[in-house]
Amino acid sequence: MFKAATEGQKKIVTVNRLIDGRVMFLGPGNRWVMHVTEAAVLDDGAELEAAMAFGRAEIAARQVTELYPIDVEVTPEGPVPVRLRERIRAEGPTVAYGEAERAPLTAGSR
Amino acid sequence: MYRYDQFDHDFVNARVAQFREQVGRRLAGELTEDQFRPLRLQNGLYLQLHAYMLRVAVPYGTLSPAQMRMLAHIARKYDRGYGHFTTRQNIQYHWPALGDVPDILADLATVEMHAIQTSGNCVRNVTADHFAGAAADEILDPRPYAEILRQWSSLHPEFVHLPRKFKIAVTGAERDRAAVQVHDIGVHAKRGPDGEVGFAVYVGGGLGRTPMIAHKIRDYLPEEDLLSYMEAILRVYNLEGRRDNKFKARIKILVHEAGADAIRDKVEAEFERIRHSALFLPEDEVRRIEAYFALPELPNRSPVSPSLDRARAADAALDAWVRQNTVPHKVTGHVLATISLKPIGGTPGDATAEQMEVVADLAERYSAGEVRVSHEQNLVLPHVALDDLADIHAILQANDLATSNAGLVSDIICCPGLDYCSLANARSIPVAQKIAERFADLDRQRTIGELKIKISGCINACGHHHVGHIGILGVEKKGEEFYQVTLGGSGDEHTAIGEIIGRGFAADELIDAVETIIETYLVHRTDPGETFLAAYRRLGQAPFKEALYATA
Ligand code: SF4
Repeated sequence: MFKAATEGQKKIVTVNRLIDGRVMFLGPGNRWVMHVTEAAVLDDGAELEAAMAFGRAEIAARQVTELYPIDVEVTPEGPVPVRLRERIRAEGPTVAYGEAERAPLTAGSR
Repeated sequence: MYRYDQFDHDFVNARVAQFREQVGRRLAGELTEDQFRPLRLQNGLYLQLHAYMLRVAVPYGTLSPAQMRMLAHIARKYDRGYGHFTTRQNIQYHWPALGDVPDILADLATVEMHAIQTSGNCVRNVTADHFAGAAADEILDPRPYAEILRQWSSLHPEFVHLPRKFKIAVTGAERDRAAVQVHDIGVHAKRGPDGEVGFAVYVGGGLGRTPMIAHKIRDYLPEEDLLSYMEAILRVYNLEGRRDNKFKARIKILVHEAGADAIRDKVEAEFERIRHSALFLPEDEVRRIEAYFALPELPNRSPVSPSLDRARAADAALDAWVRQNTVPHKVTGHVLATISLKPIGGTPGDATAEQMEVVADLAERYSAGEVRVSHEQNLVLPHVALDDLADIHAILQANDLATSNAGLVSDIICCPGLDYCSLANARSIPVAQKIAERFADLDRQRTIGELKIKISGCINACGHHHVGHIGILGVEKKGEEFYQVTLGGSGDEHTAIGEIIGRGFAADELIDAVETIIETYLVHRTDPGETFLAAYRRLGQAPFKEALYATA
């Protein structure tokens, strides 16, 4: 799970919320946030280690699971994961689904 | 359809109660994730890229309207209003909350469904020909045997911790629609010289990292010996299959390394030892199970339907759908109708809750209360009168379910890929969508004829790309999505593993490459009757390589 860790790269920390599996990120002030752009950008070192330690405590407190750090680029809009996998994990499927998927299909077929 | 007896009910309900308690202990902190993971997997619950994912078994792909309505109810109440039908005739929900899963399983149990053995190193959901018990070309209905195998393999104490997962498929027709030769065990039910039932048994097929075609180790196994023989195979595998390397643990590797003859000898020896044990299958028990799958009483009808013919003449869309999406039935005046879950630009295999309910209603009114899920990720109404086709088509059309593309280039098998799956290297759904959009014109699709494109987002091959006429495999290259293309695979009675045509393609080159391959076929085919697969087998790789790479 730590394969995304490249030395020197800025990091954020991610988990899945235990009760529903939703993806979360560690935000400023050790708060879990739902959107990647709100994640706290961390230096690879003591900052990351402190965040991971908080994450492990949250696992012990059975709030979260699947803790790991992600490499990010820092942009004016906030951190953006380097790997495509992590971008899709952060943003959700790149394809429409459910009723949202049907709407354009219906429009196109009529 | 098979109905649970008291034992089945008690068994499934006990399992729901047990899992409810396990989830409670997990949420209360009494179980760590490492302790809980194997327990949730035994109940079909994964943690995927965005959320948990629950895989529900649809044994041998057969559903009643009540079951289909329950699947819709679960999609709506606990998920995001849709479900994804898979290449193993199951359904997956991509967004359930852990806390809700015990309630979901309890709801499923009320319609005799569950998620047991849809994951883990056990015998998985037994799949069967989706046209079973209805197709005109069928020798006998394989589902009673699939059900017998389901009962035998459910929580079989000896086989809940196999070296690796284990998949069994059963067919009862010469035309293999269940891909039995790429399963751990393939069972081909047939009749002997005097009409008695027996089976050809294939062992050691599989896709994934190391694709293998199964070896036939028995040409004719008497009906009464089915379970003894299966047990013998599983025992040999359980003892000798490799547990030291996950990538070499499937039975296909054992068969490959030891040789099919050696495995046959071991299986036969074990079989001889146990064939007169409690596993002997009494004739009356088989007939009892078989009765659940009896052909519904369909009134005798004329082989032609003047009303349908008139409607087809007046409605080109209906005509195209009847031509492409229906196949002959055992009973005159009836057909099986494929409901395509491959609308142009949609996600292959997805259906909304509302669509599931529409299909349930159609099955109730027009198809003797039966729906099938195909491994090609479509639904099937198996018992439809010709006279009703126009009404059915109109309802399907109103619900975006009437795409006339069964078996055509846009009827693509596609795994969830990187849009949902945590193991993926690349996305597969957008690839399927773009190919379908490129070939959206149905006339062009019909000109091309039968062509099976199959797409997997990683080497695990859930999208069966090895047996696609055109197979597409997503890989990651320098952090980018990249796609390897194979040609000439097929998953039928002439099973073949596709061959890599050359260097792979970036996402923005891939659709053009697929089009080049198809255009090359059109130029070289002897006549419109020569399918893509037949042409490739005649021509080999050369003209396709030339067209793809020569100008580069
Ligand atoms: S083939 Fe790979 S990417 Fe696709 S569903 Fe299977 S594991 Fe996931």
